[in-house]
Order: sequence, then structure tokens, then C-alpha cells
Amino acid sequence: MSVSAISQIRLPFLMGNNLNAWSDALAGLTLSWFPLGLVIIAAIPLVFIALYALTYGVYGERKISAFMQDRLGPMEVGKWGILQTLADILKLLQKEDIVPTSADKFLFVVGPGILFVGSFLAFAVLPFSPAFIGASLNVGLFYAIGIVALEVVGILAAGWGSNNKWSLYGAVRSVAQIVSYEIPAAIALLCGAMMAGTLDMQQINVLQSGPYGFAHFYLFQSPIAWLPFLIYFIASLAETNRAPFDIPEAESELVAGYFTEYSGMKFAVIFLAEYGSMFMVSAIISIVFLGGWNSPLPNLGSVALYDWTSGPVWGAFWIISKGFFFIFVQMWLRWTLPRLRVDQLMYLCWKVLTPFAFISFVLTAIWEIYVP
Amino acid sequence: MNNATFVTIFYIFAAITVFSAAFVVFSKNVIYSAFALLFTFFGAAALYVFLSADFIAVTQIVVYVGGILVLLLFGVMFTNSIMQADLKTDVLHVVPGTLLLVVTVGGLLFTFYTTGTWKPSEVQLQGSVVERIGIETMSRFVLPFEMASILLLAALIGAAFLARYDNVHNNEH
Repeated sequence: MSVSAISQIRLPFLMGNNLNAWSDALAGLTLSWFPLGLVIIAAIPLVFIALYALTYGVYGERKISAFMQDRLGPMEVGKWGILQTLADILKLLQKEDIVPTSADKFLFVVGPGILFVGSFLAFAVLPFSPAFIGASLNVGLFYAIGIVALEVVGILAAGWGSNNKWSLYGAVRSVAQIVSYEIPAAIALLCGAMMAGTLDMQQINVLQSGPYGFAHFYLFQSPIAWLPFLIYFIASLAETNRAPFDIPEAESELVAGYFTEYSGMKFAVIFLAEYGSMFMVSAIISIVFLGGWNSPLPNLGSVALYDWTSGPVWGAFWIISKGFFFIFVQMWLRWTLPRLRVDQLMYLCWKVLTPFAFISFVLTAIWEIYVP
Repeated sequence: MNNATFVTIFYIFAAITVFSAAFVVFSKNVIYSAFALLFTFFGAAALYVFLSADFIAVTQIVVYVGGILVLLLFGVMFTNSIMQADLKTDVLHVVPGTLLLVVTVGGLLFTFYTTGTWKPSEVQLQGSVVERIGIETMSRFVLPFEMASILLLAALIGAAFLARYDNVHNNEH
């Protein structure tokens, strides 16, 4: 690492007001010929997923579900059971790596890998802060919607490779669900893209920033935006197989769906992928409709709350807390709503969400043309 | 990112595309062929990115992986006795096959060496490609666009008609 490279990194940490300052500095960082900076950029979301899945994902979900059912949840390992997840990880690491004899060995092993890669690839275009984004593509939003397709293939590989009735049923249900709900989800996001006039994730955030904080968010910019917001939220629950759309892993019918046969670290990888895509959809909904890394606090006269709470580090704080808020709502709904039947699921998608998504699309177009 | 990194990444993706495509053709197991197709599509999408065609790359993933590959996998999985059937991947009709290969490759090489110059463009693409694609689609290419949408609508209605719950038919049984 040369000296100039170090000064290049130090600079944005001090000034850091330029868009993508951190990631641009990292991209220029090379160790002789090896592009070290690019590896670090890719590693940051990976470490983030692992940390968040361990703390908020597993421990938080167990605690939240326990409190909602008036239980205590994990209490044995450490104070308030804080170390429970670490104990779980140790257990999963020590477990024997079992591949069922009649399973398709190759697909069984490769399935969770494709699944995780599919969920992780979308993080490339998530702006974690005004100064950090993996890849500032001009088709960012389109890419984030489209790359989910890889997950679908991973689920099919896992379900088919397990050579188990429950697994195959779970996989087929999951794929049918994801493919169907992609349509209302994509049209709902198109409404947001139409308001922004761009598909660049970073640019969508920039367009929603202003001194009045939350008033600049697209959700509050037009009365119609609430409709695509709700549609995308419902569709995103189905796309991540969360309750009330968890029929692919319905415990009472299918044991555990497409990951029935998995144990040990492969099981952990599948769960990591699930938590990864949970954060992904929560981040997308907060970027498109709730301003992403923009502070929601307005400037009130001389009390410049917006100016005080803006900047690269604050941006990371805001987008992660907005994402975590939506994950909390997902967990909350899981313990509130009963599971839908398959036909109800398809009814909701094709006869309710899709027509309303089209209506909101047309209304947003009219609003964008006639209301300045 | 320097040039060596670019070249290395390009060759990695090229190798993924070519080897998985070979696997699709030579595998004796239909399921494996179908799954290997995923890597072919993915590699091809990555090669589009190298041509600065981000939009086409993502469309490739959405259409081929999200649509066609999933449909293909469903078709293969729901076909009875797909695992029992002996697949013929033997080499048949060597002479006509070789002739066809020679003619195709010869034609491609002829076009490659006679058509214009193959220099990389001096001007880098600036601004959003998506915007330009949208404007072109809605202005110069509006007729093909509308024709494709009518075709897709007809296909959609046909699919809905075929999948329709048939009351009369079910009452009889």
C-alpha cells in the first residue's frame, strides 16, 4: 500500500461530504496489483449481514416474539440471554455436516450457496451512506429487483436436491410466490422511480434530501405514494417468505419447507440469506419511499436538526435504523397475522395487489405530469 | 481499477460462461443441464457489463434467469420419469454436423474480418443509458414496442384461458 493511497482514505473521513467519497477512495486502493479496496467494499455488506443477523436477526426476533406472546425468551446464556446466539453458532459449527444418502449431492450442497449469493448480490447497489455504495449503477433499482431471480434458482436447487416431498413442495410454493409477487412489487417500485425520474439508488436518495427532513420523502410528496408503499411492503413480505406469506415453510404442513433436510452450517447459510433479503427489501422500501440515508428531522428555525443529523456517518445510522424498523414490523406481523392459504395468496397477488399497483402507477403518472 | 484486474475478471467470467455452456450440452442429467444454464446466463450478463450495457445485463438476468430458466426447471421437475429416461448425447451424424460447424464458423469469421473496423469507441458513454432507451422506445421504435405488447397480451389471455378453472368439466366428474 503506497503512502498516497493512505492519504486518499484519510481525506474523506475528515471531509466526507462528497457523494460516494468513501467507496471511491476504497475502489482506488490497491496492494501492488491486487485490488484490495474492491474486496473490502464487498466485505463490508457481508460483515454487516453477519453481525445484524446474529444480533438483531436471531436474538432480536426471539426476544420480540417472546415479548409478544408474554414469554421471556432466551434467558439462560448470559444476562437476559444475550449470548444465546453465540451458543447457537457454536452448536451449528460443531454439528456433523449431514448430506442425506438419497439426496442429489451436488445440488444439495450448491443450493444454499446460490441462495446466499442471490441475496447478497443485491447489497451491491444499496447506498449505506451518502459516502458509501458498492456500485453506483444507473440501473441500480432494476438490478436490485432483478437479481432476486438467482435466489429462486437456489431455492429450487435446495428443494430438488433434498429429494424430499416436503422440500420440493416448499420450493415450488416459494418459487411460485416469489415469481408472482415480483410483479406488484416491481410496479409499486416503478411509481417511486417515476417520481424520482432515475433508477440510480444514490440519486433517488439525493432527490429526497432537503431542509424540511421527512417532508421531502416521496411518501409525503404525493398522496398517491401511500398506495405503492403499502403494496410494496405486502409484496416484500411474500418475496422474503415471511408471515403471513410463509406457506413455503409452513411448519404445520411442510415441516420446514425447502430446508427441511438441512442442518449445521448449511442451515445457517440459508438463514443468513433469509435475513439478508429481509434487510434488503426493508432498505429498498426506505430508499424509494422514505428517503434512505436522509435525516427525517426538519430544520426548525435556528434549531437546525436536519443539518446536525446529516453526514456520512449519520446517513449510515438513518438507513440502518429505517431498515431495522421495517424488519421490526415484519417480526411484529409474524406474531399477529395467521398464515394465508395458497389460493388466498394467489388471489391477493393477482386480483388485489396487481390491479391496485396498476392504478397507483397511472395515478402517479398523472400526478407527476399535472401537479408540479 | 487497473487494466490487469479488468482482464482477469473478464477471463473469469468468460471461463464460467464457456465451461457451463459446455456442461449444459454434454451433461447426461437434464436437471444438471438446466442448473448449469444459470451460470451460462449469469456469465453472459457479466460479459454485457463489460460492454457497458448494464441495462441489457440486468434484463438478461430478469428475463432468462427469472423467467425462462425457472419455467424450464418447473417443466423438467414436473415431467414424470425424467430421471429414468436415457438421454442420447452420443455423437450422431458426424459429417453433416462438421459441415454445418465449418460453414457457421467460416461465415462468422468472414463477417468478422471483412466488416469495418473493430476499434473500441473513443467516446465513453455518458449519462444514464436507461433514459435514452426509454426515449428511443417511446419515439422511434414505438411501433415494434406496441406490437410486442399486443403479442404478449394475447399470450397472457391465452395462458389465463388455459389455466381457467373449468366448472362444467369438474361437475361431470
